[in-house]
Amino acid sequence: MSIVATYLSWALLVIGGLLCISGSVGLLRFPDFFTRMHAASVTDTLATGMILAGLMLQAPTWIVLAKLIMILVFVLLTGPTAGHALAKAALHSGLKPLLPGKSGVLEADTKPSGGV
Amino acid sequence: MKIQTLSLGVLLVAFWALNSGLFKPLMYGLGTASVLLVLLISSRMKVIDSESQPLNLTKNIPGYYLWLLKELVISNIKVVGTIWRSNLHLQPALVTIKMDHLSEIGKVIYANSISLTPGTVTTEVTDNSITVHALDKSSIAEIESGEMEARVRKLDK
Repeated sequence: MSIVATYLSWALLVIGGLLCISGSVGLLRFPDFFTRMHAASVTDTLATGMILAGLMLQAPTWIVLAKLIMILVFVLLTGPTAGHALAKAALHSGLKPLLPGKSGVLEADTKPSGGV
Repeated sequence: MKIQTLSLGVLLVAFWALNSGLFKPLMYGLGTASVLLVLLISSRMKVIDSESQPLNLTKNIPGYYLWLLKELVISNIKVVGTIWRSNLHLQPALVTIKMDHLSEIGKVIYANSISLTPGTVTTEVTDNSITVHALDKSSIAEIESGEMEARVRKLDK
C-alpha cells in the first residue's frame, strides 16, 4: 500500500473517531430526547462513513472492500429508518420536545406547532 | 419473467458472490440453490414489484446520492459546531411542512433523506405534509426552500 493511502486512511480514521466523540459529547450535553437524537446521528452518518472509508483504503483484497461498502450501505439505509421510528414512537407516547418559549428559554409544555 | 425478477436475481448473485468469496464447485451449487430459493419465495410472497425494485430511479439516483453526500457533510459540520459551542442556546423546532404530491417511493426517499442528515428528523409523513423536528430553526427554512423536494421529484423522471 502506498504511503499516501496510509496517511489518508489514518486521517480518515482519526477524524471519524473525533466525530464519534463529538456525537457522544452532544448526547450528554443536549437537553432532551429529540435534540440528543440529532447528536447521535452524527455518529451514525459521517463518523461511521469516515471510519469505514479509512478501513476501505487498508482493505487487503477486493472482497473485504466490497463487504465494507455493504456495511456502509446498510448503516446509511437503516439509520434514518430507526431514527424515524424512535422519534415517532416518542411523540406518540406523549413525550413533548423542548421548544423555545416566548422568553427564548426552552420549555416542554409549549404547544408544538405541528405534530400529532 | 418480469424485469424486476431479473434485477433481483442479479442483485442476489452479486450479494452472494461478494459475501462468499469462495469459488469452488460446491459453493457455486449452494449459491445457485439459495438464490433460486429466495427468488421463488419472494415471487410467492408477491414482493417483487416496482416498489421493491425501483428500476425507474436507476438513472438519476447516483447524482442524487452525490448531492445528498454533500448536504450530509455540511449538516454534520453544523451539528458538530453546535455540540462544541460553549453556550448551547438551542432553538429546536417541531414543524409541519407542506409537500406537493410525491410518489410513494418519493415520499420514502424524501423522509429518509431528511432523517439521514443530522439536525433534522422526520416524525410524521402524511399524503401532503411532513413533520420535522430540527435541532435549529434554520434547518426548517432550508427544508421549506424545497430544494430537496424538487430533487426527489426529478428522480423518477
